[in-house]
Amino acid sequence: MRRFEMIARSPVFVALFMSLAIAGCASKKNMPNSAGDLGLAGSATPGSTQDFTVNVGDRIFFDVDSSVIRADAQQTLAKQAQWLKRYPNYAITVEGHADERGTREYNLALGQRRAAATRNYLASQGLPAARIKTISYGNERPVAVCDSESCWSQNRRAITVLGSAGS
Amino acid sequence: MPNIIRTLCAAFAMVIVTLIVATLPAKAQLKLDITKGVVEPMPIAITDFLSGDQLGTNISSVIAADLERSGLFAPVDKGAFIEKISNPDAAPRFEDWKVINAQALVTGRVTKQGDGRLKAEFRLWDTFAGQQLDGQQFFTSPESWRRVAHIIADAIYEKLTGEKGYFDTRVVYVDESGTKEKRIKRLAIMDQDGANVRYLTNGKDLVLTPRFSPSKQEITYMSYEGGKPQIYLLQLETGQRELVGNFPGMTIAPRFSPDGQKVVMSLLQEDGSANVYAMDLRSRTTTRLTSTSAIDTGASYAPDGSQVVFESDRGGRPQIYKMGADGSNPQRISFGDGSYSTPVWSPRGDLIAFTKQSGGQFSIGVMKTDGSGERILSSGYHDEGPTWAPNGRVLMFFRQPPGSNSPHLVTVDLTGRNLRQIQTPNLASDPAWSPLLD
Repeated sequence: MRRFEMIARSPVFVALFMSLAIAGCASKKNMPNSAGDLGLAGSATPGSTQDFTVNVGDRIFFDVDSSVIRADAQQTLAKQAQWLKRYPNYAITVEGHADERGTREYNLALGQRRAAATRNYLASQGLPAARIKTISYGNERPVAVCDSESCWSQNRRAITVLGSAGS
Repeated sequence: MPNIIRTLCAAFAMVIVTLIVATLPAKAQLKLDITKGVVEPMPIAITDFLSGDQLGTNISSVIAADLERSGLFAPVDKGAFIEKISNPDAAPRFEDWKVINAQALVTGRVTKQGDGRLKAEFRLWDTFAGQQLDGQQFFTSPESWRRVAHIIADAIYEKLTGEKGYFDTRVVYVDESGTKEKRIKRLAIMDQDGANVRYLTNGKDLVLTPRFSPSKQEITYMSYEGGKPQIYLLQLETGQRELVGNFPGMTIAPRFSPDGQKVVMSLLQEDGSANVYAMDLRSRTTTRLTSTSAIDTGASYAPDGSQVVFESDRGGRPQIYKMGADGSNPQRISFGDGSYSTPVWSPRGDLIAFTKQSGGQFSIGVMKTDGSGERILSSGYHDEGPTWAPNGRVLMFFRQPPGSNSPHLVTVDLTGRNLRQIQTPNLASDPAWSPLLD
């Protein structure tokens, strides 16, 4: 049950890791939110994660302080469920996120509530709930940085992330 | 032993204290009344401690900076000093200090001992009464010189205000680097004045909300290690780390009980609710304190351990609630405009600090433990997450300007008039103040 380990690591490793991490994220900065952003609809291999992201839409959005699945989100989740039932080998994790206009602990819980609501909706569409893991990142992983509602609304989201089966 | 931990051990090295007998009989004592709303800072002259090198000046500078930052003292410009202290054992020429309006005077000396240790001595003088108020000497290892300076500043603070100081303390916080979209967060620890920053994690895993044990050199924090966000304990002196319980879901928002024997936290549940649990660290037994379908989080014990304050959105928006330490009789105590989060009980027991969101602003405030007497101490685009200095007189929190997501650490005292930024090497958030070191 108890697990002990020393936490200190070599500073060289830390510096190396940090430079890699910083270099690695530049290319990911402008991830498309939906198929329309890319103009690639239909070009992805059917059944691929790219197909899911581009042609189905991997994320839904929420109102302020809310975990209610909106009508536009219901459509996306219905498509997600259909696709995921067709390709049953993917492991599914729903990530819940919050905007920065809240306190850290509350946002962690709110992200979880959004992830749970998303999972429940997918389950209501016939996807086994046991196949869906959830995790909350609170406001730790924003896609947009600014100080206005137009980008806070992009950060209030749940993303359905696909992994290989059993992962 | 890894470098980080060895450095910490050195910093925890014992400082031996002895009193220097007063050279003059005590009369009516110089004292700063800090119970009033507005305090005029007391002019104090802090002379360079005698030493064969720069160390004496360095120690005096740290003492002066501590006292100045408290907002209660105004160190007199050294350029105005008339008397040059050549024998710190002898009474100073009080007239020379009265004429520059230094109400208090600090003199001292640092010497290297034969065994390599440092001996630091200081005397605190009341210039208008013409008497010594305090005199102590300390023995320590040379690398702990800043610590000795903080201990001397605490002694001066206590003698002149009648309250315990808070300078010989540390702050654990989250160091932030990288872009906002891919932030790297590391646990870091520093002295309360921002010096001696050391890193406790390497940035590989996202870490959040470190909290200090009120009773020992131990912290609890949340980490996303292994893709499963959970609560951990870290012993600062040994580097030993362990998981706090093995819950089915994410655990967040940890905080120690006043005796350091329990950790209270929130478990995020399958249905999207969050409930408060307490784990006894000795027996490893867990007690559930709340059972609602709402978000109950941010729990914090009263200093006597009898009650817990927490935030909940069971009534709609997040508000502050209070309950018995066994979860009994929860009652809402915040009723102002907006929403209230991150309640933290003062170590003195008299106040609860919080983050308030109202009118597009985030504020730091305090209220009495029944929710009355709310006072806002700081307000801005995003001020969040107060932590108390161990004397219950100063709060530290993090502040984020609009758009930039570049948080930094700020202190404010209970008057709300003394707001100071703490310099850190990188961006910084989630501060947690240590108890006074032993």
